[in-house]
Amino acid sequence: MTIPHGSGNLVGLPFPTAAKPRVRDIGLRANLRRATGTIRAKRAAVVGEVEETGDWEPLREAGRAIKARTMRHLPELLERFEAKATEAGAVVHWARDAGEANRIVADLIRRTGEREVVKVKSMATQEIGLNEALAAQGIAATETDLAELIVQLAGDEPSHILVPAIHKNRSEIRELFRARMPGTDDSLTDEPRDLAEAARKHLRAKFLSAKVAVSGANFAVAETGTLVVVESEGNGRMCLTLPETLISVVGVEKILPEFADLEVFMQLLPRSSTGERMNPYTSMWTGVTEGDGPSSVHIVLIDNGRSATLADEVGRQALHCIRCSACLNVCPVYERTGGHAYGSVYPGPIGAILSPQLTGIEANKTLPFASTLCGACYEVCPVKINIPEVLVHLRQESPKNLAEKSAMGAAAWVMGSRRRYEAGLRAARMGSFPWRAKGSLKHMPWPMSGWTSSRDLPVPPKESFRDWWKREGEGR
Amino acid sequence: MRIALFITCVNDLMFPETGKAVVRLLRGLGHEVDFPLEQTCCGQMHANTGYREEAVPLVRRFADVFGSYDAVVSPSGSCAAMVRDSYPGLVPRDDRVASVSSRTYELSELLVDVLGVTDTGAYFPHRVTYHPTCHGLRMLGLGDKPLSLLRGVRGIELAELPAAEECCGFGGTFAVKNAEVSTAMLTDKCRNALSTDAEVLAAADNSCLTHIGGGLSRMRAGMRVMHYAEILAAREHDLGPSAGHVDEGTLR
Repeated sequence: MTIPHGSGNLVGLPFPTAAKPRVRDIGLRANLRRATGTIRAKRAAVVGEVEETGDWEPLREAGRAIKARTMRHLPELLERFEAKATEAGAVVHWARDAGEANRIVADLIRRTGEREVVKVKSMATQEIGLNEALAAQGIAATETDLAELIVQLAGDEPSHILVPAIHKNRSEIRELFRARMPGTDDSLTDEPRDLAEAARKHLRAKFLSAKVAVSGANFAVAETGTLVVVESEGNGRMCLTLPETLISVVGVEKILPEFADLEVFMQLLPRSSTGERMNPYTSMWTGVTEGDGPSSVHIVLIDNGRSATLADEVGRQALHCIRCSACLNVCPVYERTGGHAYGSVYPGPIGAILSPQLTGIEANKTLPFASTLCGACYEVCPVKINIPEVLVHLRQESPKNLAEKSAMGAAAWVMGSRRRYEAGLRAARMGSFPWRAKGSLKHMPWPMSGWTSSRDLPVPPKESFRDWWKREGEGR
Repeated sequence: MRIALFITCVNDLMFPETGKAVVRLLRGLGHEVDFPLEQTCCGQMHANTGYREEAVPLVRRFADVFGSYDAVVSPSGSCAAMVRDSYPGLVPRDDRVASVSSRTYELSELLVDVLGVTDTGAYFPHRVTYHPTCHGLRMLGLGDKPLSLLRGVRGIELAELPAAEECCGFGGTFAVKNAEVSTAMLTDKCRNALSTDAEVLAAADNSCLTHIGGGLSRMRAGMRVMHYAEILAAREHDLGPSAGHVDEGTLR
């Protein structure tokens, strides 16, 4: 039996095609360089503190081990979560894919009679394209996280997991607020404080009038049926406590076995994500509490390709991701392309291994190659996801181009015997003989034109190492 | 101790001087070094591009060729990492492969960890900046072993490379499949290298150096790249790194 793959905002143009205009966008490059550089330095400082005490590696290992254990027992843990949350007064729904999840959420909102909802920043709802699906049903969803609001007002898409408007600078944001945000006028400056204040006023009215909120969750504790949202701005706390109805869309991999497991992740996540020792707001709720917060609590658990990912022994570690985005901030490829080049709501190194597994490799075959395998992502991952290992594994699974496949087969055949290998060396030297005097090549035909478009290519010298070794009598 | 040189296919064809430098260096330190002629390629390109089946016979071949030596040394952080880090996963439950994999070293590991060398007796009166290549740095964990050896070279002036640990953008077939992004990464690497005012950029991997050198050469930057083994093997009577090299960026 094949396990169905996911759908939603997970596929775009082939990576090299989508990357090209972004690499050439000078403003984007400057914004990314500045922003990723700032977060990198903050993270390095607060992680450094824990490294000094010798606690960082044990914490990472604990995070990895808890996630690995969770994946081994996922079906049982999910059922336990459902039982506990239901016992506490929540209603748990199960969604196979994006379409099913969107239908469930839209039906729940329609039943309240409301046409407007406020939203807490959530990758799961971005993944399934919930806002667009609700709009099609005449329901307006307002993003309340500052950066998500910016992206929404611009009619744009997020380009980073944690800071979705990383591709915009503050003057671009001021222009956007002036043009699109009600109650904003020409006196608005591009000071971050003024921009935040303008958004705060705009959002305050939404918080106070909203009857329905939609959120995701960072963690879902099986032992207690508790959901956890970790945030910085307080908008999440507003959405999670003020409305009458709260609908949370949660990927099945967000489960943690026990409440005590949070101790590990609450040390790993803020440090890796915003570069803070602790984030300003952590909200936890378990079903419904009489007279306190929403009286109607729904949890939509989504699969959307996660079971298919879980079935892959090497690739399943992508499900350990806690969406901190440390890998994006250190990735030299991400820093030069931004998130939109990845065509999925999950950009950067984690996106390059998660998106192709959620959608199936056929739909996303260029992403595993959008990396130099430099390993910077693996080095910072708080749950030790070996991203380079999964990238190589997915390259193995990826459909092969016939020309490349025969070239690789031929190269392996040549390398399989000393006689053929030495003949190959001779042929390479003789073939490049006409260019030897020049020292290097400036132009080559496709596919090597990709190299010589910006780099010279040296020509093999007259004598190979082995010929020298033989001539000199074992190099003497 | 029986030491075998694993030159790597790229060095065999393109950069024989690096292999000669390793041989000179080890013999100068009083060690025997052999070059088994049956060696070909470690299979890294195949394995990393998604051709595991093509790589597996090359892994077995490597174990056949190098199995009888006490230590295998390679002047390539990337190929040494392939053998030590990836071989056991490619051919699991094979004692021969596991054993040769654990006895394979990048040059600075053999010198510092196994042979206890701190001074190679080198003389190289030039300004040099060192780029720690990704697989050596992160897969092998070379740390500052190559740099510590360079610090012992007489006459050398070492300039710190800004953002040294950032990838140069090579990544094997990445340089061709994603040429735009690769070039953007290379440009930043070259900009940082040039800011040091060094004559030479050194590293532990000629494949990365081909990439950086190819960029410097295209820019007519007046800086060349060099494998650090060649610096460690440089002696007083040698010609300087720029003598006779009119094409910047090329390796010789």
